[in-house]
Amino acid sequence: MKSLAELAAIQDKVKDSIVLPEGSGDVRVVVGMATCGIAAGAKPVYDTLTDGAKDLSNVTVKQTGCIGICQFEPVVEVYEAGKEKVTYVKMTPEKAQRVVEEHLKGGKVVEEYVYNYKPDQTDGGYGTLAKSDFYKAQKRVALRNCGVINPESIEEYIAMDGYKALGKVLTGMSSDDVIKCVMDSGLRGRGGGGFPTGRKWSFTAANKADQKYVVCNADEGDPGAFMDRSVLEGDPHCIVEAMTICGYATGATEGYIYVRAEYPIAVRRLEIAIAQAKELGLLGKNIFGSGFDFDLHIRLGAGAFVCGEETALMTSIEGNRGEPRPRPPYPAVKGLFAKPTTENNVETFANIAQIILKGAEWFASMGTERSKGTKVFALGGKINNTGLVEIPMGTTLREVIDVIGGGIPNGKQFKAAQTGGPSGGCIPAALIDTEIDYDNLTSIGCMMGSGGLIVMDEDTCMVDIAKFFLTFTVDESCGKCAPCRIGTNRMKEILDKITSGTGTQADIEKLEELADHIKQSSLCGLGQTAPNPVLATLRFFRNEYDAHVIDKKCPAGVCKALLTYKIDADKCKGCTLCARNCPVNAISGKVKEAHTIDTDKCIKCGACMAGCKFGAISRG
Amino acid sequence: MLKKISKIPFSGTPEQEEQLRACINESKHDKHLLMTVMQKAQDIYGYLPFEVQKMIAEGMDVPLEKVYGVSTFYAQFALSPKGKYNISVCLGTACYVKGSQQVLDKICEILGIEPGECTMDGKFSIEECRCVGACGLAPVFTVNEDVYGRVKPEEVAGILAKYN
Ligand SMILES: Cc1cc2nc3c(=O)[nH]c(=O)nc-3n(C[C@H](O)[C@H](O)[C@H](O)COP(=O)(O)O)c2cc1C
Ligand code: FES
Repeated sequence: MKSLAELAAIQDKVKDSIVLPEGSGDVRVVVGMATCGIAAGAKPVYDTLTDGAKDLSNVTVKQTGCIGICQFEPVVEVYEAGKEKVTYVKMTPEKAQRVVEEHLKGGKVVEEYVYNYKPDQTDGGYGTLAKSDFYKAQKRVALRNCGVINPESIEEYIAMDGYKALGKVLTGMSSDDVIKCVMDSGLRGRGGGGFPTGRKWSFTAANKADQKYVVCNADEGDPGAFMDRSVLEGDPHCIVEAMTICGYATGATEGYIYVRAEYPIAVRRLEIAIAQAKELGLLGKNIFGSGFDFDLHIRLGAGAFVCGEETALMTSIEGNRGEPRPRPPYPAVKGLFAKPTTENNVETFANIAQIILKGAEWFASMGTERSKGTKVFALGGKINNTGLVEIPMGTTLREVIDVIGGGIPNGKQFKAAQTGGPSGGCIPAALIDTEIDYDNLTSIGCMMGSGGLIVMDEDTCMVDIAKFFLTFTVDESCGKCAPCRIGTNRMKEILDKITSGTGTQADIEKLEELADHIKQSSLCGLGQTAPNPVLATLRFFRNEYDAHVIDKKCPAGVCKALLTYKIDADKCKGCTLCARNCPVNAISGKVKEAHTIDTDKCIKCGACMAGCKFGAISRG
Repeated sequence: MLKKISKIPFSGTPEQEEQLRACINESKHDKHLLMTVMQKAQDIYGYLPFEVQKMIAEGMDVPLEKVYGVSTFYAQFALSPKGKYNISVCLGTACYVKGSQQVLDKICEILGIEPGECTMDGKFSIEECRCVGACGLAPVFTVNEDVYGRVKPEEVAGILAKYN
């Protein structure tokens, strides 16, 4: 690639295949084939569509990344020139065959397969995804190409203005210009810490060295979060482009992408993207004739959470046990292979090209005073619309839960939302009007984290959740420093006691004390934040802890040791079903007479309650 | 992380060894590629028995304790062979909140083994994992490459029966 004109020529050639020209009669069908889509069975759907459309000259069928509506996978979208796109959900090969016959060949939408189909709706019988509650409040910057383009085609990325920002940077901006632009945009790191990205770049740029590096953190360790995976699977070129821009701005000529090994599809698409960029000369020597060289490598993680921490990540790239190093020296001074290194998260990089193209003011116009732009969240747990959402900073949690998320299933009560994974905390229902940004979340003892947002309802026990996260950190502690290695274990033992009914008030106090010590004396962020889920739940749900230690009850009915099952003699019809269902014969009673449970024998499996047709069995 | 180390005797084939030697030769110029070699070795053998770790250490010219240190640090490196069908139950937050622990308990109950173990006939092994990235389908478990989403404990037996 020698010039912007050359890039523009490629763009002109392919643009029409994505932005279908009005009146052309062209149809573009995309199938969501990210991990979740494939898991739900998108491959046979794609095959059926490709096969069915092979004789239709005006129809192209492409794979794409995550469209965002995970619980409706497999998803197929049909774009027609000059028309609103049609979103087909929960597709099967049979349904796809009907779409081929009736829609692609016959020109008639198969309404009953469309997203949000309501037979009694007057405006055509089906809803459009773009106008739905789920989509309306969203703003797609980092995810702009996810679910739109074919991630395995560099041409399609170029058609959507891809590599234009890189061209602009290399042909007309100094590295200071680039850093200033990123700084003015107000972009802060999306990997959890929220450090201003422009400042980070300026530190590395200021250090002289014979070799510097750019590292992309794609380790995505927060279990239950998949934002970075979606970007990598849906738009890998945007990371390649942004890392090259970062390299130019900071004076680095080599980059590493550290991806968790659990993401094979992301890895494959990144490999394809890198190979394609090399072929077009968008990676390699003398990019855009500017004299700037840049090369990229991929390294796979091997399932260690601590490797998401920046210094541990670098130790792991170097081929060692992924143990963190004390900071300072910071990576900007002494990072990968002891050279100055800039390390950013996937989503942080995904914003860069847009900032360069549309300007710092444009980016800074979104969001709140100190948190600019948008944030991607992986919405999961007890919520109707699970999926990937990108919202402007400052959106309230209420809007995310009630409107975008469509509320809690089965008419249950919202209890709390967990953000920041094992390092984070929870936002309780009472604070549902909190505007989501870095500082607001920190002020309530929570954190933005990388974007996992897990919704919990009345059936979730907060003590159990705290224990869940602590079990995670105990497993994942690398063992290098004692406070984290031993301290988290002691905390977990106390939580085990509490959830099994042998805890005391003194234990809760000990828990708080330990938490404090671990936070202050651990070597890296893992230990320093490990007590957070316990502290947050203690702060907002102290009553649940008290119920466990004083009343020996688990209000949510989760902690098995604290449960007792009872049969209401008035409601019991003596049908004997429960007695037959009980795996340990703990239930006795005569036919047509009220039954009773022997609590000593009962293993609290809940089979009796699940099976009772009269609602006669309760748990408390 | 504590790892279960297999007592099952090593039975590598000459073809496997040849593959391993080839990938060591490709990477031995750069010791930083140790993990990459180990990942490939695990692809070849399915796990990293002591004999293989020794070949890697000699081939890459790094101390054996370093190879062992790396293999025990990362969850992905297995020191025991996996079953013909490896079941991996997601205990990520999204899945946990949706009841994946009950799914795991059920699988263990049916197969009579614990996570990290393999059935006597070598058919099934169970492991816990953290988020396979299909949280929208929670709770999720995988059997080799097949992904099962929105699983209820009572459906487990039916799914496992497919692998007989
Ligand atoms: C225990 C621990 C785990 C982390 N895991 C991740 C991760 O999975 N992904 C990530 O991008 N950052 C993670 N971080 C944050 C990184 O250390 C680092 O701050 C971040 O990647 C910087 O990029 P950013 O400035 O673009 O956010 C983790 C930090 C700690 C302490
Ligand atoms: S938490 Fe199970 S797939 Fe993400």
